[in-house]
Amino acid sequence: MPRLDSQDWQAFALTLQLAGVSTVLLLGFGPPLAWWLATTASRWRKLVGALVAMPLVLPPTVLGFYLLSWMGPQGFIGKLTAALDMAALPFSFRGLVLASMLYSLPFVVQPLQNAFEAIGKRPLEAAASLRAGPLDRFFSIAVPLAWPGFVSAAILGFAHTVGEFGVALMVGGNIPGQTRVASMAIYDRVEAGQMSQAHVLSLLLVVFSFAALLAMSYLRPRNRGDA
Amino acid sequence: MHEIGLEAGLRFTRGHLPIAFEARLPARGITALFGASGAGKSSCLRVIAGLDRDAQGTLRFGTEVWQDSPHGVFVPTHRRRVGLVQQEPALFDHLSVLGNLDYGFRRAGRPVHLQREALIDAFGLGGLLQRRPATLSGGERQRVAIVRALLSDPALLLFDEPLSALDDRARSELLGVLERWHATLELPAIWVSHAIDEVARLADRVILLDAGKIIAQGSLQDTLTRLDLPPALQEAAGAVIEGVVASIDAQAHLAELHCDGGTLWLPNDGARIGARLRTRIAARDVSLHLAPATHSSALNQWRCTILAIGEASHPAHCMVQLRAGENRLLARITRRSRQTLGLQPGMTIWAQVKAVALGG
Repeated sequence: MPRLDSQDWQAFALTLQLAGVSTVLLLGFGPPLAWWLATTASRWRKLVGALVAMPLVLPPTVLGFYLLSWMGPQGFIGKLTAALDMAALPFSFRGLVLASMLYSLPFVVQPLQNAFEAIGKRPLEAAASLRAGPLDRFFSIAVPLAWPGFVSAAILGFAHTVGEFGVALMVGGNIPGQTRVASMAIYDRVEAGQMSQAHVLSLLLVVFSFAALLAMSYLRPRNRGDA
Repeated sequence: MHEIGLEAGLRFTRGHLPIAFEARLPARGITALFGASGAGKSSCLRVIAGLDRDAQGTLRFGTEVWQDSPHGVFVPTHRRRVGLVQQEPALFDHLSVLGNLDYGFRRAGRPVHLQREALIDAFGLGGLLQRRPATLSGGERQRVAIVRALLSDPALLLFDEPLSALDDRARSELLGVLERWHATLELPAIWVSHAIDEVARLADRVILLDAGKIIAQGSLQDTLTRLDLPPALQEAAGAVIEGVVASIDAQAHLAELHCDGGTLWLPNDGARIGARLRTRIAARDVSLHLAPATHSSALNQWRCTILAIGEASHPAHCMVQLRAGENRLLARITRRSRQTLGLQPGMTIWAQVKAVALGG
């Protein structure tokens, strides 16, 4: 068995760290956005929905390119970070987290939105008639009833971030220990003709992705049966 | 003099139907909101509950203002203290029956006066508390929904055809439970229905809604024996009469009911002497005679005075409004019979009725 060196393991660990941080943050931002999309009668709904879905169809390099230029010294994000006295985002782990969040946003928002929509109005109206205010209804009714959607969202968001390449390359560059993720390590191994190491790294990702999807089907509560 | 409960003056549109809901409800008792399907009954209930916000006008409950469109006042549902029971009970599938019952009870601050245990018993939920809603039958689900609403300490109860999705047996069981509960009810309630037997058994007052308009409101007696009911409601026309069980003929399985204006013999379904019973006498089940019949199968004959005669939905028929004691009856007879008998307002006449006891 070919040995992976510390750089390979570092890239793998960084990938999990990136996916973990992005997923946790997305599970903070995603539910309110998904809830808004699922319940609003606003005319902006379709527009926002399409924007959220953009990363599904956009080539990752395009998304990465725009993010890079926005985060750069002349971009609006770059100017903002400079004004706030923060370190520049391009080629940093934090920049990569931000890019990953945008890239994986639809994978988190859409399962949540579907789950919220599947609840329907009636349980929420019943809760309102039982004196629950809007925030109370969200946490006591919508979140528990949409729980399978949360599990899907977390696992899809995580797994999708693990697999990213184009965005990470554009925004993060390929700095070992900071922005060099597993997919780049594989690419570098192939470039260098070290096919066996590339095999092992790829296999790790295959096993990991499969385990994630399997976990999802086990964690999703089954229908509790009909009356 | 009744205290005023709900005072509504609301206007809105559903589909192409303009709906005007102008009504005053007393502070206690069940008011049926009765009308054909599509008359706008459920829409009115949703507006009262605050679930639909597009109505214009005012809505007051006691001293509280729930809606005052000219002044931009709209109190959201969760602050209106309405107990809502819908046709399809929207139970929370992620909670047990107990969790469902306690959802509103906890938020109301677990008020002691609600007698939670007694309510759970009265509606037969004691054995179901740990079950999941998905494992309950339709009748059980609706009972949970009703008790859940009662336990939220509502000021006004709103029922939206809660029995219409149930099978006959579950429906008559629950009607019996509700009848007993009704006797102890100290709140106002609105009961939306298109089934006249529910209204006759449960309601204290009735509001008739036809194509978005309230066409009559008042006591069951006065409202359901009107001569100007629209065609859609004429099948429901007829008297609802209350009386006391005076004697029981066990051999014939009949109960004798003493009412104001006469006596009725009814098939006995386990009534006890002294019990108050309601009976509904449909207009089509009343026939009129100039003299009391002696050779007839009819058990029940009342001496009445004709109050008025009106149109029926079919040109072959007419409606005759009768007074017997303080009660009013309605008879639907053919125009030909009317002519043959020479019926005129003010005449004394004998009415033979087929009466069916309601509930038991």
